[in-house]
Formats: sequence, structure tokens, C-alpha cells
Amino acid sequence: MRTQSRRRPRVTLAMAAAGTLLAPLLSGCWVGAGGSGSGGDSVNVLMVNNPQMVELQKLTAAHFTKETGIRVNFTVLPENDVRDKISQDFANQAGQYDVATLSNYEIPIYARNGWLHEMNSYVAKDPSYDEKDVLKPMRQSLTGDDGKLYGQPFYGESSFLMYRKDVFAAKGLKMPAHPTWDQVADLAAKADGAKSGMKGICLRGLPGWGEIMAPLTTVVNTFGGTWFDKDWKARLTDPAFEKATKFYVGLVRAHGESGAPQSGFAECLNNLTQGKVAMWYDATSAAGSLEADKSPVKGRIGYAPAPVEKTESSGWLYTWAWGIQKASHNTDKAWKFVSWASSKGYEQLVGDTSGWSNVPAGKRASTYENPDYRAEAGAFQEMTREAIENTRPNDPGVQPRPAPGIQFVGIPEFTDLGTKVSQEISAAIAGRQSVESALKKSQKLAEQISEEYEGR
Amino acid sequence: MTATTAAPVAASPAHNVKQPSARLRAWATRAPLLPALIFMIAVTQLPFVATLVISFFDWNALYPKAREFTGVDNYQQVLTDADLRHSVWTTILLTVAVVLVSLVLGLALALLLDRKFPGRGVVRTLLIAPFLVVPVAAALLWKHVLYNPEYGLLNGLLHYVGGPQPDWISNTPLLAVEASLVWQWTPFMMLILLAGLQSRDHQQMEAARVDGASNWQIFVYLTLPHLRRYLELGALLGSIYIVQNFDAVFTITSGGLGTANLPYTVYQSFYQAHENGLASAAGVLVVIGSLIIATFALRVVSSLFREEVSRA
Repeated sequence: MRTQSRRRPRVTLAMAAAGTLLAPLLSGCWVGAGGSGSGGDSVNVLMVNNPQMVELQKLTAAHFTKETGIRVNFTVLPENDVRDKISQDFANQAGQYDVATLSNYEIPIYARNGWLHEMNSYVAKDPSYDEKDVLKPMRQSLTGDDGKLYGQPFYGESSFLMYRKDVFAAKGLKMPAHPTWDQVADLAAKADGAKSGMKGICLRGLPGWGEIMAPLTTVVNTFGGTWFDKDWKARLTDPAFEKATKFYVGLVRAHGESGAPQSGFAECLNNLTQGKVAMWYDATSAAGSLEADKSPVKGRIGYAPAPVEKTESSGWLYTWAWGIQKASHNTDKAWKFVSWASSKGYEQLVGDTSGWSNVPAGKRASTYENPDYRAEAGAFQEMTREAIENTRPNDPGVQPRPAPGIQFVGIPEFTDLGTKVSQEISAAIAGRQSVESALKKSQKLAEQISEEYEGR
Repeated sequence: MTATTAAPVAASPAHNVKQPSARLRAWATRAPLLPALIFMIAVTQLPFVATLVISFFDWNALYPKAREFTGVDNYQQVLTDADLRHSVWTTILLTVAVVLVSLVLGLALALLLDRKFPGRGVVRTLLIAPFLVVPVAAALLWKHVLYNPEYGLLNGLLHYVGGPQPDWISNTPLLAVEASLVWQWTPFMMLILLAGLQSRDHQQMEAARVDGASNWQIFVYLTLPHLRRYLELGALLGSIYIVQNFDAVFTITSGGLGTANLPYTVYQSFYQAHENGLASAAGVLVVIGSLIIATFALRVVSSLFREEVSRA
């Protein structure tokens, strides 16, 4: 165990390398095997090990297989491993898996590479699935460059502002219905120290493209900045990008949580639950934990839309969705599984068997009209729906964008660029360098990508 | 041993009559080894060969069509990349600091444990415990339970006595990572050095005492020279493991604030940049580095064994 975990980087690398090298050789066997194995009455599904997926795995045999006679073989892995495995299987079109969970960051990229089966034809033939019920931004973010649908959402989230209603009332503060970032900074200053050891606001500072870069990029968008303009020129040292970053870094340093450069989603959730901060700007999915039965702040949290400056809305959009591999020999049965897992009926099933708070929500308008769901998730459900519906995944800022994405840029290079830039910004939050120097270094990294994309 | 010497003897009469039979016998004696050997080659050498091959390709997992042979380009890129060079430097700093500090602390603890006192067994077990904690769990423990400025133990204690509330990881990121590793590796050094201390020749010690040597003189002129091999062994084994450390950096700082070491950078170029070729090249370089250290380590270990054998 010891040696194994210490050697992880090297061993995984070598194993993964062997996997990718052997995959083309083995793909022949897999396709052959697929003809007899999965071509029959079964579908192979590769998915991430989030709680909603694990719930799905439990319910499949007793319901889906019983109704349709289609067996589903699940492979469930942690997020990093699942990304790795999916990209290997799909890049080689090995066809080992018929269906995989992909985020809205990957779906357009995979679609461009021709790795996914389009879903328009299935949606058209399947009125009971009621695709029109799926929230519009969800549909947009799962559409490829060619205008066709390549994924169906399983659940989704946006971002909003959470605050302690009781603390605000005690200090005589009032949260506006549609706050701006300036107002939020003002409120953070006033709420700072409202109770002993309580800071004004929690904002992520942990390096990672999916950590600090998500909220920061939404702030950049609404301040009028962008990573790239429509001609792929890098814009990280533009006044708007710089102003937004200075605002974010300044706010965290002045009134943010302690230990900000190591704080991600989990740390901020802890801080708000433990009464260490008065506000928190993060994912809508956090509300479920804050309002859980054992939470000490249950019923004391107010919700407001993501703060804005120059745009109408600024929330992000993230979803785990189903994609069907193009090389699959089993697309009809794969669609049957996808349309069952993303259906209204499945939400009802989860609501009946394990409670409405566990429903994979955030994708269908009808979920928010369901009286049972409204009763269970009353405090935040309306705000979540509004946040998701107001997102514009292809046009989140004030200028046209070269690639889709709100809190990310929908190109394969972004995970690396975002992570490297996030390390610079995180160092600025720690006070180890100025925002200007962090952005100057980041701009250089982004310009390398500009060079590759310009004139493409 | 007996099997191999017996085989040629038994084969010698047959040798004159028919030659292939000897070869056949030799193969027959080797045959039981083959499955294990083939398995070993399949699971350790083939992946490495694959990594070597991939390291010569420009291969981004998300651009499957743009895969091409680029020769030593990846190696050139790895060696000229400022981030990577910095991570090599960080790795060296981290390894040297952790190994030296945990050796000194381990030596001090081993000397104390070498004395007889009631409850020694319990104390020894308690001291070894940090080494038995899973590395990633230890890193989480340090990040959340100790360092966290909001609910960590360190600031909690400081708050209790009215001291300042420093943000440990942000102010001294590399030191924070090093401290957690020192905590884990001190018991390892202590164990090795304790074994060394207990193998001292007690008659020699007594003779020195009779001759009027002070405790300090005994330590400097008898104990330390005796421990030299054990210190070398501890330093080399520790270096091999700490060069590869990933858990502490990944968990405590996520590679931020200038703490990204080589394994973390390789991880990042594989999982985040999807640059299979570049990551493979960096991986091959890490293996070469580890091999160089390991060669020295093995030499020390074998000389240690020789010494033990000759002494026995």
C-alpha cells in the first residue's frame, strides 16, 4: 500500500501509457466482443462516482432492466480516472463503452473530434422523453459546432450568492434582489467581524481550473473581460480582466476567509456551515448541504443571484451529461438507457424511493413545478432555476467569444492553461506577488495558445 | 543451489551421448521460473517501453489526429521549460530538507529510545505511528486539523494563549509541506538508527567507559562512526521515496505557491494538459533520476550486508 501510493505518478503514467498504446491493437477484439457481449441485451456505461450516479446504479436493475430487458454494465470511477478512461476509449473509438458521463466542457470538444453520436434523431422519435422540457442553456451547452445535440443532462448547477440571513438582520444589512459586486464588497466589509471570528465572504482561492478559476472567470465576464477575443487574441492584461482580478483578490484579502489560497468548494462549505463567514459565492449545489437536516445553519441562509457589474447575469453553468460513443454498435439501446436516466419518470422514482432532496435536479423545468420537490427544496429551488435559466453558455460576457463556456474556455488546452494561471492568482491572494505580475505571466501562457489558434 | 549444481553432474554422462538433452535439461530446470519472469516483464517492462516510445511522440489525447513522431523534442521541452526546471529545484530542496531534518530528529529520538525506562514499548509504538498513516491521510490531517487558520489545532492553541493567528500554508508553503513530511519520515529514520544503536558492541562501550571516556566522547568516537552506514542507508532510502512524493504537495497546496515538485508537474501535464508525450518524457527523466539515486542506495545496502556478514 505504502510503496504503491508513493509511486503513483510514475506507475499510473506507465500503466496509462501502456493502455493508450495497446488500445488500438485491442480495439479489434473489443469490437468483436461487443458484437456478442454488449450487442445482445446489454449496454456498457462508464460513469463518475458522484452520489447521484451511485443512486442510479442501485435503481437500474430493479426498474430499467425489469421494464426493458436491457442489462446495464456499470463501470464507476473517480472523476480524474473517469476522464482519463473516457478520453482513451473515445479517442480510439474502441467502442468498449456505449455511454459515458461527460461534462459540458467536454461534450463540444468530443463532438468536434467526431467521437459522439448525435441525439437529434432520437429526440425527434421519442416524444415521451419531452426534450423541450430540458432547460434551454443546458441544451445549448450540449450542442456541437454543427448545431446538433450530443448529450443529455443528468443533473446541472449554476452559481449564486449565499448569505446568513440572521447575521444580516442583526447588523441591519439588506441584500438587494439583484446585487452588484460593488454592493457585495460593501456588505462584506460591514459583515466582517459581525460575530467573533466571522469574515465577510468566502471566495475560492485554491489553485485548479475547476476551483478558483470558475468563480473568478464569472467575475471577469461581468466586469467586461475575457480570456480570448473572437480572433483568439489573449486578453488577460486588458484593463477589464485586470480590474476584475484585482477586485476579486482585493476582496478576499481584505474581507475573505483565512487560508484563502488553500480554500476550495469543500473548505468554503465548512466555513459557512461553521459560522466563519457571512456570505459565500459558489455552486448552487452547495445549498443542498447547507439545508441538510444536520446542518447548523439550516434555514438561516438567504440566496441571491450571482452578483453582476456589466452583464445581466453572471452565474456559471456546469452539468454532468450522457454521451453516446459513435463507434457503439448499440446506439438504440444506449439511447433507451440515456432517455430513462434523464427522464421525468426517473426523477419521480428517486423522489419516491429516497426523498426529493436526492433528485438529480437542475436540468428540467418540470422538476421545479413539482409540488413535492418545491416542498423539500423550497429555500433555494426558485433561485437555482433562475440562475440556470439566465445563463448564456455561448455569450457570457460583453463581447463575442471564440469558444463556448462561461467559467471555462471550451478548448482542450484550457484545463492546463487554467490550472497554471490559477497558481499565479493563488500566489497573488497569498500576497507573494502583485496581481499585475500574476497576469503578465498568465498572458504569456495564453499567448502560446493564441498562436496555435489564430487563423485556424 | 543444490538443484543447479546437481543438474550438470547428472547431465554429464548424457552429454557424451546426445547433446540436445543437456540443453533440454537446462531448460527444464529453468521452466518453472518462466511464468513469473514473463509476468514480471509484462507488467513492469512493457509499460516502461511503451512510455519510452510515447515520449518520442507529439501526442495530445484530445487531438488524436495530430499524433506524430517528434524525436527528442519532448525532452528538449522538458529540460528548457522554466516551470519544470523550477519543479526540479523544488524537488531537490524538499528532499534534502526533509531527509536532513528527519535524520537529525530520528537520531535524537533513537538515542532516547535506546535507554531503558518504564513504558519504552508504548513510547516506541506511539513514535512509529506517523509512519504507518496512509500518506494522503497524513497530508489531509496536516492541512485541515493542524494548519487550517479557521479551525486548525495550531491556531486554536495560539488563540487560547492570545497569540497571533498566522496563515501557515500561505506564509510558508514549502516549509508547511516539509514539516508534514518530516513528521512522517522521522519514525522511519528513527527505526533504522535504533537498529544501528542496538547492534553496538557493549563490551567496547564498557571498555571505553573504563578507560575514562565521557559520554560525549563515546558518542562522537564510537557511536557515530558505527552509525555511519545506517545514516547513509536512511538518507538514501528516504531520498528515493521523498523524490517521488506526490500526496503532500497535491493535498496541502495543490502545487500552488511554488511548491510543485517533479511528480506533481508530471501529473499535471498528463491529467490536465493531456500531453501524453510530454508527460512520458518527464516520467522517463524521473525514472533516470531515481535510478541514479537507487544505484548508490543499492551499493550502500550491499556494502552494509558485506560488513554484517564479515563481522558475523
